[in-house]
Amino acid sequence: MGWLRFLLLVLVARPLALFLTGADVTGRERLPLKGPAIVAANHSSHVDTLLLLAIFPSRAVARVRPVAAADYFLRDPVIGWFSRHVIGIVPVARLKAGSGEDVLAPARAALAAGDIVVVFPEGTRGDGDQLGQLKGGVARLAEAFPEAPVTPVWIQGAGRVLPKGEAIPAPLNCAVLVGEPLDWEGDRPAFMARLRAALLALKDQAPPLRWS
Amino acid sequence: MNIVAAVRAFFAAQPPTLLIGLAGVVALLSVAGAIATVLTALKPDRDYRELRQRIASWWVMVALLAGALLLGWQVTVLAFALVSFMALREFLSLAPIRKEDRPAILAAYLALVAAYGFIAADKYMFYLVFIPVWAFLGLPFLMAMLGQTRGFLTTAATFHWGLVTCVYNLGFAAFLMRTPDSDRLPAGAAGLVFFLLLVTEFNDVAQYVFGKLLGRHKIAPTVSPNKTWEGFLGGWLATGLLIWFAGPLFTPLAGHGLLVVAVALPLAGFAGDVTMSAVKRDIGVKDTSHAIPGHGGVLDRADSLTFTAPLYFHLLALFALGKF
Repeated sequence: MGWLRFLLLVLVARPLALFLTGADVTGRERLPLKGPAIVAANHSSHVDTLLLLAIFPSRAVARVRPVAAADYFLRDPVIGWFSRHVIGIVPVARLKAGSGEDVLAPARAALAAGDIVVVFPEGTRGDGDQLGQLKGGVARLAEAFPEAPVTPVWIQGAGRVLPKGEAIPAPLNCAVLVGEPLDWEGDRPAFMARLRAALLALKDQAPPLRWS
Repeated sequence: MNIVAAVRAFFAAQPPTLLIGLAGVVALLSVAGAIATVLTALKPDRDYRELRQRIASWWVMVALLAGALLLGWQVTVLAFALVSFMALREFLSLAPIRKEDRPAILAAYLALVAAYGFIAADKYMFYLVFIPVWAFLGLPFLMAMLGQTRGFLTTAATFHWGLVTCVYNLGFAAFLMRTPDSDRLPAGAAGLVFFLLLVTEFNDVAQYVFGKLLGRHKIAPTVSPNKTWEGFLGGWLATGLLIWFAGPLFTPLAGHGLLVVAVALPLAGFAGDVTMSAVKRDIGVKDTSHAIPGHGGVLDRADSLTFTAPLYFHLLALFALGKF
């Protein structure tokens, strides 16, 4: 199955992302090429996932695994199969968070297997203009794998290409800004504050969104 | 052996002057590359990375466009459709657009497909009126039906500006590929397009080089602070001479027709450059994207072409081409 995913990512996802967004990447050399590594991005559209899968070099893309909500992506067998085997999602049962069940276990397993795990710490798609409240799961992953760098990525404009609730994407350029990786320094709230600051600093460098 | 024979036949079928012209461009780029290498070696303290990147991107652009021109009108029209698409996407991404206008954005791309469809179908009259009349009326009607009246006129103008510059004006370059051989073209229809691209880009480069070497007096300081009178005049003279001497090799122009093109085309290139700079300044960006390393976006490279392509087309139609 791995070769099918690889071919679809390189031959379909990559040209599609290029067509829809122009994939204007700054700092591509800062992307992790081997796991365990964590990439933390803002989230405003399904295009975010497509774009992140498209900008990794071919030799690393097989290792890239986006964390996604199990209740949304696994609710239907067809979408579920596609999500697991093509997108390569790491399912997180976000509805069970706080119930005592370890919802991050699949993400930790992926990191332990040497994958590059992509997380959207906002937990859901926002409006694309603001960075929402960040959830702490990424800090817990970083604590469990202190050797894994956490690379912040700001994606500008994906919420215009395909906003929440729309079905037809409209091609518009998106800027992807990759920041310097953060190291785990032993404190969850401090880590989350650094991650938030890093994402906002990248957002400041993005081209203006004249969208009102 | 068959492949060698096929390649030989492919090139033998091309107009010889077109091949010589392309070889000339390759020679120019090689000289530029050699100068960049020498400069890097002579002045190790200065950073010539952007210059080298710029030249590397020129190689890629020349290779793609030369390939399209040699492969015929279908591939060339497709290549220009792609350039128009990338330019329009850059424009719509940076221009102020209202959230309600997503369907209008999609309609603008459909207008692009229709316009290039008219080129592919060789329907000149439809092409002429489609964007300036029908897209001009249809898009605002669609916007009105979407129900948002705040900033209506500004947004309608923004869409129209993007469509005319990025699609309609660039499309004239592609439409030249539909010129029939009966118009006595010295280097085929591809030669017409090649010459337009050559002189437009030569003018850009010549203005830049003269400006760097001699530039003292700013020509449009609030819009484009790097442009100088010396660069503009030097580029005008150099490009005018190039058109005067090389024009007869690639176009059926001669005499006063050739003179008008030689005088007017460099002016149009300069005007396109400055006008697009004003648009970028209004939007608040320096480059429209990073699609072409060292150059910026597609619109940064094609800005002068949005002015020169329609002018060249209409002057050719006026002085030399029977079809249009």
